[in-house]
Parts: sequence; structure tokens; C-alpha cells
Amino acid sequence: MKLDYLILALKNLRHRGIRSWLTLLGIFIGVTAVVSLMSLGAGLQAAVGAQFGISSTQVLQVQAGGINALGAPGSGAVDKLTSDDVEAIGKLSSVEMAIPRIISSGKMEFNDIVAFGMSISVPDGEERKFAYEVMELDIEVGRMLKDGDVNKVMLGYNFWRNGDIYGEAIVPGKSVLIQDEKFVVVGILEKTGSFIVDSTVMMNEAPLRDLMVYGDDVDIVAVKARSEDEMERTKEDIEKLMRKRREVDEGEEDFEVSTPEAMMETVNSILGGVQAFIIIIASISILVGALGIVNTMTTSVLERRKEIGIMKAIGAKNGQVFMQFFFESGMLGFIGGLIGVIFGTLIGVAGIVGINSFLGSELSLGFDFVLIGGALVGSFVIGAVAGIVPAMNAAKQNPVEALRG
Amino acid sequence: MGKEVIRLRNVSKHYPMGDSIVKALNHLEFKVFEGEFVAIMGPSGSGKSTAMNLVGSLDMPTYGTIYLDDEDISEFAESDLAQVRGKRIGFIFQSFNLIPNLTVKENVMLPMMFQGTSVKDRDDRARELLRLVELGDRMDHYPGEISGGQMQRVAIARSLANDPEVILADEPTGNLDSKTGENVMTFLEKLNRQGKTIIMVTHDADLAEKHADVIYWLLDGKLDKVTKRVGKRFVDVTKKKKKEAKSNGRK
Repeated sequence: MKLDYLILALKNLRHRGIRSWLTLLGIFIGVTAVVSLMSLGAGLQAAVGAQFGISSTQVLQVQAGGINALGAPGSGAVDKLTSDDVEAIGKLSSVEMAIPRIISSGKMEFNDIVAFGMSISVPDGEERKFAYEVMELDIEVGRMLKDGDVNKVMLGYNFWRNGDIYGEAIVPGKSVLIQDEKFVVVGILEKTGSFIVDSTVMMNEAPLRDLMVYGDDVDIVAVKARSEDEMERTKEDIEKLMRKRREVDEGEEDFEVSTPEAMMETVNSILGGVQAFIIIIASISILVGALGIVNTMTTSVLERRKEIGIMKAIGAKNGQVFMQFFFESGMLGFIGGLIGVIFGTLIGVAGIVGINSFLGSELSLGFDFVLIGGALVGSFVIGAVAGIVPAMNAAKQNPVEALRG
Repeated sequence: MGKEVIRLRNVSKHYPMGDSIVKALNHLEFKVFEGEFVAIMGPSGSGKSTAMNLVGSLDMPTYGTIYLDDEDISEFAESDLAQVRGKRIGFIFQSFNLIPNLTVKENVMLPMMFQGTSVKDRDDRARELLRLVELGDRMDHYPGEISGGQMQRVAIARSLANDPEVILADEPTGNLDSKTGENVMTFLEKLNRQGKTIIMVTHDADLAEKHADVIYWLLDGKLDKVTKRVGKRFVDVTKKKKKEAKSNGRK
């Protein structure tokens, strides 16, 4: 029997004027925002995570000044970390390996075009493998840097495929000028999905120190813990050591040790803030939509008094009249939600395609059937609830007066 | 004469209008028997539509009682009245009163939906009734796509949907030209011959005398006279009826 009212509601909705459909905008916009946000959520998280270089779960990063300092990570600190710090951290029992990383900004010239970018150091020996592992580096064309390479660099993927900056793609064998010194490109790295890494110059540590006059300073210490299960303990050990070395008390640290979880939490808290904001906007939009439905249904009851009278004259009980308007109202909400789900999903798909083409990642849409089902049911319920009062007004119409129209 | 189907006993309907009271009906009494074709006649404002609304359980009398098959429907709750309107009485209105968003067939199916009839049975019955009123080829049209006469025939089919005992027709030819009106009346007569009780409200004396067996003439909310068909003529039986009313009043 309920199906009858649903079908009847749909038949009536088919004949609604544009005014009724405009009232769905609120629900439509709200649901579109929620669905697109949630569909994109997983993709955004992965994309932002990639920018932070969060991949390995066994790697901690130590940097002076905290991760929120301006400029390249660690570079903005007044009291920088040093090679001695790296050595001391490497000796901790919970640490398997600690490598220094220099992240320096400078100018690079190629094809008579000068641009500014970042260079990252790669250590020698055993630590080289760990550095490649931490940054998830692999070669696309040419070869990786090796020990003893001087005046040689590896470039990120964007220098090769997105050759817009220098007018043409830079390929292995070509020479570039970095800080006015000539370097030969030995290889191009595979796309990592991190905009930073894909647009970076990789150079062996010693030549980079010389080039940038870095002395003993280190921007970031990448630390590999002995065990993935003891990340917290490793973090505490490093913090204790660094407090001692930098002579600071607990709670007043001028450095930061970040675990992958902590970094992911930072990403999540940023995304969470954005999501909360969009959800508030979506909620307001849905509330406005619900009020729109109340208004439409109230007008509809007034306009269709005669129809209500006819229904009563041919045997409709009050409850049956109520059900018809209730379902109609619910279906208004449902249709708004359905259009919202379709648009939201399309925006999600477009967003993911955009992120993938920008980052070269292979993210897929977080297609959540529970979310979509929830959005549709929720839209129906919002519409139906909005229609309760108008439907009650319809049900209690006096048949004789209603028939007069 | 069949059994008594409807009986109005000392029925009055008063409406408050600002500070005054409009007495639309005053102490109205009449009976309708099974299979009768009754006309309620009267000029505008005589109370004939009010009488029809009361008989059709669309409205409640201010005073008096209305019996349908010996049941006092003036005591019924709204849901029971809806049941009376849905199952025991079929309405035909002057302005057809079809629902414009539904097709002809869906309009005929609607009263059956309210009675919980299955979709298949509704569909079968609607098709059968529309064929009966010669609209088998217009089932999927919308009311706006058919003529006035056809709309009134759809209304007749709809009034028969739940096979009611009584058909109430309020000025059924009022919005039709004379030829189409005659065609509609032919259908009503046909139904009457098949045993349906017809109560027709009209201001057209010729129409009433052409088709009805009994005519209740209303004036200013009161029963003015009663005429009854005897052969081809109508005979005034008012005195007899008034006597009956008085004796009922004493009872």
C-alpha cells in the first residue's frame, strides 16, 4: 500500500512547476557538498599525505624548529641540527640508522631559463639505500646517483615530463647550471605523487654542502627505527637525547620528532577542519532546503485543496491524505538528494582525475555505498519531516470546503 | 418499491456567518428507496447542494439524523464517513472533479486504491468500467486531453469503482451542452435500470421530470413539495409526505 502512495507522489511530482524544483536546491547543494567531500576525502588524504612524504611506517623525522616552520623543512630554524646530532641519534639503541638530509633552495638554469627550486641531498654508502627507501625513489630514465658522483644530479619527474618551466624536457646527459655551476643530469626519477619530490634536484651530500656552503648543518634527520612496534619508544629516546644535546627542558623543545602517525594526524586535522567547515555549510544548505520544502508543501496544500476534497469525496481517509502529501514531500527531498549524489559523485570523479593527473598518482574514488544510501535515505527523511505539518493540514481539510477549492 | 436506503429525519444545517447564522437547511425529511431515481430540485440557494453533501456524508447535520441502510451516519467518526463515501456512495460532480495529474484510468482506479484493492484488480475493474462508459480508447489520456462529456463519463466510471449502492450526481449535466448532457443522462438511466439508486441534484425541472421517479422540491432550505411519477405524469404527493413527517415527528 505504501508503494501506491510513492507512485502517486511521483506522478504528482512530475507535474510540479519549476518553483517546486527550485526549492530542492538547498538539499541538492548540501548533499552534493557532503558526497563530493566524502568521495574525495580518501583521495585528498592520500594526496596531502604524499606531499608530506608520509609513506614508510618505520621512519621518524627530526627537525629543528618544528614542522610548521616557514620555508624548506628544517631550513627556517635558528639553531639548526648538525652532523654530530645525526651521529648521536644513530648510536641510540632503538635506532637502526639516522641519515642527514639537506634541503636547500637555489636557482637552476637550463635552456637559458633560470628558475628557483629545491635540492635534496643523498648520503653515501649504506645510507643511500635508506634515503631512496624513505623518499620512495626509483629511476624512470638514466641511472640513480652513486657514491662519488660529483657535478652530477638526478632530477624529479616534472623536469622531464612537464618541461614547461625550462621550455623543453630535460633528459639524462644534458647539463644544467645550479648556482652557476655545471651539473650533468644522470637520471630522471619515477613520479612519486609528491609535488615536492617530483620537482626537486637530487645531489650527493658532499657536493650539495659545498655548493650551498652548508658547513655542518642538517635540515632533517631521517631515522629508521629498529622496530616498527617501538616507534613511540624510539621517538622518546631521540627527544631525550636531543633535549640533553640542545640543553632544553621538557615541554620547551626547539625541535620536533615526528612519527608517521603524528604526521598523518596533522594531515587529518587539516582535512578534518576543511571537512567540518564544508559539513557546516552543507548542513545550513540542507536546513534551508528543508524550509523550502515546508514552504512548497504548504503552498501545494493550499493550491490543491480541491484535489484533497476530491480524494476525500471518493473515500480517502485523513491518514491516506496525510500519507500522500507526506510521501510527496519525502520524494521531493529524495530527488534533491539523488541529484546531489549524482553531482557529488561527478565532482568526486573530476577531483580524483584532477589529482591523479596533477600528481601522477593512481587514486580511485572513495565510492561509499553506505554514504550514498545514507544520503538518499537522509534526504527522503528530511523531505518527509519537512512535509509533516503541511500533510497534517491537508489531512484535516473539511471535504465540503476543500471541494470548493 | 425496494428497501429504504436513505432517510433524512428532521435534518437542519446551520452555518455561522459573522455574527449571524445562515440556515441552509431546516427540518428536512425525505426517504430514498433502493433502485429509485430521485431528483432534488430547487433554485440557487435552496439548500439542494447542502442536502447532497449531507446525504453523501461529506458534511454533518447541525441537527437531525441521517440513516443509510438503517445506520445513523450522523454519529459516525470521520474515518467511518470516509468508508461510507468510498464504498457505499459514488459521487458525480458538475465540474467532473477529476484529478488532472492522473490519467483517465488512474482516476478510476483511485477510489479502489483507498479501499486497499490490489493493483491488478484495480486495473481490471477500471478497464471494465471505462469500456462500459465507452471510453476504452481513452484510458491513458489525461483529463485535459478529453472533452467535457468524456470527463463526465470518466466521473461516472469512477463513481462505480467500488460498486456503491447509491450514486449522488450534483448537476451532472450542468457543464455540458444539451446533446452531451443527454448522453450522460442515458448512462445514469442505464445504471438505474441495473439497480443502482440515483440521487440527482439539479435546478433543471425538465431534466428532473424526464429522468427521475420522485422529485423533492426545495425552497429556502425547506421541503416545498414532493412530486412522483405516475405513468407519464408527475403527481404532487406533498400532503401525504408532510403527514408522514408529522407522524414521524410525534414518534
